[in-house]
Amino acid sequence: MDELSLGVPDGRITCIIGPNGCGKSTLLRALARLLRPTAGAVLLDGRAIHRLPTKEVARHVGLLPQAPVAPQGLTVADLVARGRFPHRHLFDSWSCEDEAAVEQALTVTHTAELRDQQVDELSGGQRQRVWIAMALAQRTPVLLLDEPTTHLDIAHQLEVLELLAELNRSQQRTVVMVLHDLNEAARYGHHLVAMRAGRIVAEGPPGAVVTAETVRALFGIDSRILTDPVTGGPLLVPVARAGSSPVPAAGPPSPRESRPVADRQNPITGRG
Amino acid sequence: MIHTARPDQRSTPPTARRAARALRPALRSAGLLASLGVLVGTVLASLRFGSLPLSTATAIEAFTAFDGSTEHLIVRELRLPRTVIGLGVGAALAVAGVALQAVTRNPLASPEILGVNAGAAFAVVAAVHLLGIVSPSAYVWFAFAGAFVAMVVVFLIASAGRDGATPIKLALSGAVVTALLTSWISAILVLDERTLDQVRFWLAGSLVGRDLDAFAEIAPFLLVGLAIGGAMVRQFDTMSLGESLAAGLGQRTRAVRALTVLAVVLLAGAAVAAAGPIAFIGLAVPHAVRAVVGPSHGWLLPYAAIYGAVLLLVADVLGRIVARPSEIEVGIMTAIIGAPFLVHLVRSRRLSQL
Repeated sequence: MDELSLGVPDGRITCIIGPNGCGKSTLLRALARLLRPTAGAVLLDGRAIHRLPTKEVARHVGLLPQAPVAPQGLTVADLVARGRFPHRHLFDSWSCEDEAAVEQALTVTHTAELRDQQVDELSGGQRQRVWIAMALAQRTPVLLLDEPTTHLDIAHQLEVLELLAELNRSQQRTVVMVLHDLNEAARYGHHLVAMRAGRIVAEGPPGAVVTAETVRALFGIDSRILTDPVTGGPLLVPVARAGSSPVPAAGPPSPRESRPVADRQNPITGRG
Repeated sequence: MIHTARPDQRSTPPTARRAARALRPALRSAGLLASLGVLVGTVLASLRFGSLPLSTATAIEAFTAFDGSTEHLIVRELRLPRTVIGLGVGAALAVAGVALQAVTRNPLASPEILGVNAGAAFAVVAAVHLLGIVSPSAYVWFAFAGAFVAMVVVFLIASAGRDGATPIKLALSGAVVTALLTSWISAILVLDERTLDQVRFWLAGSLVGRDLDAFAEIAPFLLVGLAIGGAMVRQFDTMSLGESLAAGLGQRTRAVRALTVLAVVLLAGAAVAAAGPIAFIGLAVPHAVRAVVGPSHGWLLPYAAIYGAVLLLVADVLGRIVARPSEIEVGIMTAIIGAPFLVHLVRSRRLSQL
């Protein structure tokens, strides 16, 4: 990755999109001070984060890595309390402020009633909400999330993204997340950053970034951009890989092609 | 996928819920006190049992009303040193195991996997073979130096490359160094019968014939190791969430890893110097304790220290009883007790993933 310049707008949701291995996660880890750029700097309110103490950075920027795993037997309350780490010194005892931050994090993520349960016993959506609660207890103005919706079904994906949108709306938190699903990014992001091969290909509001040309440049696929009937934003419908022809849909077979149902092994393409 | 959020939980009055949550730390505190009681009982047993069984009263009078009798001399000169050393060694090994498992997130991590036992054993065998050392109390410093050098080598090998000493690289280089040292030990012992005769009891791990004065010289290292471990409880909590999260929470992960290795070198090095290579305590005790008190290191560490000491002393006492009038080395007994125990944990699925 080189010659990359990015400004993250304050108090908005920024989504980083792009194909696998394009450097999305690397960029996010650099923003979180996990990686040090060989040249250049990441600035936080005008100060280079690699010059700041780690705990100082952790009081301003929270990070939720992809698919985190909690130690077995850890309760929700204990996990969320660990988000207070950057605010505590070696022999500080648990303060009222710590307690208040944890309570608020549990409340806004609707996980207060799960507090005594073990993290590894929760459903995928609940678990991701609990991890977000831990990041919230850190009380950082900026929240970085690496693919917060991977391995979740569509209902849980919606649950997590709605929660993040709500946090951004009600608390003006700056959210930066890596997302795989372009439609989710277009729906929830105010600012989209499209990357390919370590470079930013396009940047701007969803309507300007999610275009047939950008999608072809990013993923090498032909697509059509419709208007999302729910939000009025762009909605991507892939057509085919660039240069190949689309496979017909597996809708109800026409009488001419009708075959016994048992023959149809592959419901995706409709071919046996 | 299990949905454990039952709708009826919403209707629980908040006060009742808070009470239920407050009880658990209270239970853990009570459990800690009870465990101290168990520890005291084990110490008494260690003073009483042996080739000459004594009453509890005799064991206590040996300190309160010493009369110079054979019984009192046995308690003070033979059983007290092995009990004190057993306490220190057991606690040190268990705490070292907890620290390593937290920082490496590897359920198999234990001091012996970092080459500490092999390093100490090799140094002692080499000293006996080359320098003709005779007295076991002279083994202490060779063992300590061997453990220290082996772990530093393991850490340096693992630190090579871009990511530094990652858990997997630590485990691999530990395995390599252990294999190498073990083969050198075998080579010496095969060629030199005199050395074999002299060190085979030490190599099994034993508390017999250990000198309390020599132990007093190692004890400060052990105490510093315990202090470092105790001060890093929150760091262990954070590290056990994974490297990225720990760094995101403002943890200086490399510094924490290096400090942990230092603490483990001090703890396990002192332990192996005092009692010889003893396996299983650093592995089994952290797992057993975690299954009961949960993954918070503020509780794990003190519980592990107590039960590490208890397990080692119980193994030592049993070793004195089962083969009376002879004895079985404590290192053999910990493995005999520890192995079925670990198998039971695995089978009952209480062996935690980290």
